[in-house]
Amino acid sequence: MILNDGLKIQRCHYHHEEFHKPRPGQSNRIAPAGERQAGTREIKVVRRVLDVNAKMAEQNRRMFAAQGVYVLNVMSSPGSGKTTTLEKTLARIMPEIKCAVIVGDICTTHDADRLAISGAPVVQVNTDEFGGDCHLAAHVIEKAASNLELGGVDLLIVENVGNLVCPAEFDIGEDARVVVLSVTEGEDKPVKYPLMFRQCDAALLNKIDLLPYLDYDKQKAIAYIHQVHPDMPVFEISAKTQDGFDPWIEWIRDRVGQKSSLP
Amino acid sequence: MHEMGIALQIVEIASASIPAELENVRVVRVNLKVGKLAAIVPDSLRFCFDIAVKDTPLADAELVIEELPVLARCKACRAEWIISDPVFTCEQCNSGSLEILSGRELDIESIEIAEEDGNDSK
Repeated sequence: MILNDGLKIQRCHYHHEEFHKPRPGQSNRIAPAGERQAGTREIKVVRRVLDVNAKMAEQNRRMFAAQGVYVLNVMSSPGSGKTTTLEKTLARIMPEIKCAVIVGDICTTHDADRLAISGAPVVQVNTDEFGGDCHLAAHVIEKAASNLELGGVDLLIVENVGNLVCPAEFDIGEDARVVVLSVTEGEDKPVKYPLMFRQCDAALLNKIDLLPYLDYDKQKAIAYIHQVHPDMPVFEISAKTQDGFDPWIEWIRDRVGQKSSLP
Repeated sequence: MHEMGIALQIVEIASASIPAELENVRVVRVNLKVGKLAAIVPDSLRFCFDIAVKDTPLADAELVIEELPVLARCKACRAEWIISDPVFTCEQCNSGSLEILSGRELDIESIEIAEEDGNDSK
C-alpha cells in the first residue's frame, strides 16, 4: 500500500518535472465524457487499438485456408502440462495427420526440442526478441509460419506462451482455441480468467491421474468452466498415462478432417 | 501484462489521426473505451501510456479511459443484462447461448488537440 502510494507520487512528480505542465483536473484521472478543455477540438478516431493485429490475423487465416491447414491455438497457465499433452497428442495423430508446430516461450528452446522428437517440423518463437511478450501476436505467427513448409500439412499446432491473460486477447488467425488446465491448479481458474475460458472452444483438464492424491473437486472445476462458457467440451485427460485421450483425439480428427483433405 | 504494447499502439494510432494539414499540434487528450472483459488493467495502461508518449505529439496528453460493462443478450429469450460476476448464463431462462454486446472493447474514440499559437507554449 505504502509502496504503491510512493510510486504514484513519484510518477506524478516525474510528469510535471519532465514533460508535463500541470493541467486543471489532472488529479481527477477519469474525466467526465464530453467535457472538453477550452481551446481544444475533438477529432473522431473510432479505431480498435488491436486493429493491426486483427488485420494480420485475418491475413493469416486466409493464408492457412488457402493451404488447407487447420490451426489450433493451445493456451494455458505455466506448468499445466501443455507440452507433455502435445507430445502425446502428436504421437497419437502423427502418421495419419500431418502436423507442424509453432512454440512460443519467452526464453529457451526446451519445449521445441521436446516436440521435435515427434518428427513434426517445429519453429520456436522466443518472444524476448519481441520485447519479452507474454503472448504470441498475429505478426509473430506470420513470420514463424513462413519458416515452415506448410504444403501437405493438415494441422498446425501453436503452443502459446504459458499465460491465462494476454494470449486470450490476441487473435492469431487460428481455427480453434484450446485451454489446458490441470488438477494441481485451483478449481476456480475459469472464473478468475473468464476471457480465456470464453474465448476457447474446448478445455483439457489435465493430470487426472493425480486426483486420488489431491483434494481437488473436479465437478466444481467443470461447473466453473460451464458457468463461464456453457456447453464447452471438457476433456478429462492425463497426458502422463494417456487416460481420456480418445475423445480428445477424436475431436481433433473431426475438426481437421472438416478443413483439410483427410480421408 | 501487455499494456506497454497496447500503449505503443494507442500512440501510433492517435499520432496518425492528427490531420496532416495541421502543424505544431499537441494532443491534450486521448479518449479510450475499454470493456470490462478486455485483458487490460487501466492503471497499468496509464502508467505505460505516460512513458510511451515521450517525444511524440502526445507528450502532453492525458489518457481518458471509459470502462464499459459486459452487456449480454440471451439468444433464446432476448433478455439483456449486465454481467458483473463471471456467470455467462441467462438470468431469465438459464440458457447459455449469449451474445456479448459490449465488454470486449479496446477502442480509441477520439483525440482532442490544441493548436499552438504561441500564447500557450512553455
